[in-house]
Amino acid sequence: MAVYCNISEDAQQKYEHFTKEKPNPEMSIEYKVGHKDFVNSGKASSEIKLMLKRLGVNPEILRKVAVASYEAEINVTAHSLGGDIICDIYLDCVHIKFIDNGPGIKNLEKALEPGWSTADDLVREMGFGAGLGLPNIKKNADVMHIESAENQSTILQIIVFY
Amino acid sequence: MSVNINELIRRIDGEVLTKADQLEQIKISDGYVSDLLSDVMGNAKEHQVWITIMKHLNVIAVAALANMSCVCFANNVSPDQAVIDKANEEGICLIKSPFSTFEIAGNLYQLLHKG
Repeated sequence: MAVYCNISEDAQQKYEHFTKEKPNPEMSIEYKVGHKDFVNSGKASSEIKLMLKRLGVNPEILRKVAVASYEAEINVTAHSLGGDIICDIYLDCVHIKFIDNGPGIKNLEKALEPGWSTADDLVREMGFGAGLGLPNIKKNADVMHIESAENQSTILQIIVFY
Repeated sequence: MSVNINELIRRIDGEVLTKADQLEQIKISDGYVSDLLSDVMGNAKEHQVWITIMKHLNVIAVAALANMSCVCFANNVSPDQAVIDKANEEGICLIKSPFSTFEIAGNLYQLLHKG
């Protein structure tokens, strides 16, 4: 099992506090993501964005959450057999977990390299597959944690603080 | 420097595909040209016009998520009605133009950087 974790410098203290306190989420929502379902892919991310907007989260943070979440949702759609999204909303952050049904990432180190992609033609026709998904998630999420192995589920978690 | 979207529309023989009632309120100060959605998500900024030849529904999702107010289709690329409906729902203005992406970007650049 390969694991990669990135915590932005600004978020170190907040993340330490979060893991120590282990607060209960104010709200928790689950979504299903279908294999290659590009028609519905993105709905979960726009719902999450709308919910946070209603809670008064500022537009720049909303954009960060939306971009990271949408890229992750597209990854599940494009590269996996489908999966689930669990979104936990806290007072000071949002934690989104993407759990797919495999087939896993063969080479996680490569997958994190900008420009590297295993996307097929369909995915590329949809405007994706440039190899910028995981780098975009890393850029926009305060915390990014990914674990995967060949023939297993990939679990990607992101946290963005408000 | 920012201009009203109508000024760009006039210069590029643009046709507005979405509801036109909000046009007066759309101010543009910059543009972004790309046909890669992840590139747009990673680099585009709010209130830019996005010039593209991609016309899939995902374009609207990306524009909405990145808070972009206007997408301009080059080379007379015409999206399906479902895409236009979604843009209306999200409050995103869609324009199509017979000009190429290069020509549209050039016109916008001139508009914003006169002299």
